[in-house]
Amino acid sequence: MSVLWELFTIFFRIGAFTFGGGYAMLPIIQEEVVDKKGWLTEDEILDCFAIGQSTPGVIAVNTATFIGYKRKGIIGGIVATTGVVLPSIIIITIISTFFQHFQEYEIVQHALGGIRVAVVALILNTVYKMYKKSIKDWLGISLFIAAFILIAFLDISPVIVIIIAALVGMFKGHNDRFKEIDG
Amino acid sequence: MMIYLTLFLEFFKIGLFAIGGGLAAIPFIQELSKNYGWITQEQILDMIAVSESTPGPIGVNAATFAGNTTAGIFGGIIATIGVIAPSIIIILIIAHYFAKFSETSIVKSAFSGIRPAVTGLIATVGFEVARTTLLNMEKYNKATNNLLSILDIKAIILFCAIIYLLNKYKKHPILYLVAAAFVGVIFKY
Repeated sequence: MSVLWELFTIFFRIGAFTFGGGYAMLPIIQEEVVDKKGWLTEDEILDCFAIGQSTPGVIAVNTATFIGYKRKGIIGGIVATTGVVLPSIIIITIISTFFQHFQEYEIVQHALGGIRVAVVALILNTVYKMYKKSIKDWLGISLFIAAFILIAFLDISPVIVIIIAALVGMFKGHNDRFKEIDG
Repeated sequence: MMIYLTLFLEFFKIGLFAIGGGLAAIPFIQELSKNYGWITQEQILDMIAVSESTPGPIGVNAATFAGNTTAGIFGGIIATIGVIAPSIIIILIIAHYFAKFSETSIVKSAFSGIRPAVTGLIATVGFEVARTTLLNMEKYNKATNNLLSILDIKAIILFCAIIYLLNKYKKHPILYLVAAAFVGVIFKY
């Protein structure tokens, strides 16, 4: 199976099962791209999300393009993106052509009620895994807590939080190198 | 022919300026509804509801829906290509340079700060969806002051079951989503 076909099918699955916004795709990306394929590490996934969040456009599309490019260049980026949007195009075209009041069916609402609970469990489970992998010291713990408080309770834009965190990281890196030269 | 070009350009603009997730696109689509009369306010509400209750990125769903309502199946495809084109171009450029510079010490140390913050950001998303899904704020009654009534017991039971199964069996996430949909239909979530 060629890499491009794999990219397409993986991102098609992600597009078909992401309910409720870009971050809901994280558990499936983790399973497919990190655990099964080993194409990226947890750290690299976080880098993708940081870039996807701070650039314009749909986060899921940004992440798909980024991972596709890393794997197989420009053509890989385009193939992964096509895969992630194709389920939307098919499903929404059918719904908006034939039944615009799709979400009012009782069975749809109950199914979504169940799916939403699963999405919560999957996201929290992934946060826990990411936390274990990406946070290695006290500075990491402080940045994690600070980002959480700033975004959840003080309504600061995630883009600003990411920029501040980058500056903190650069400052610490600079200090560490200085110490190395000094000592 | 003109309508397709206008659709493409308008959705290209949305893709370029809507930063931070699909719902950021909604005000732009409202603007389109005012300027062109392509879709009515009511259809926008339908669009949001459908986009949120179907799989796929919300911004992409909204573009397909709006384009389809305006100019049929082909309109939906054009609007979608318009909304994702800026992402593809910008990310390909960034990814190209990122590959070049990611090994430099300054980028490495910047990302060593960014990673814990992004984990915090994702935790915020988890916290938000947990609050709206597992708690039932409007059921809380100040008079009886019964704090337990805030908890959505049905949802919490399913949540705990999934967390338990996730850690015990480590199956594919899609399996849990499908199973939860069935539980939702059977037990009327």
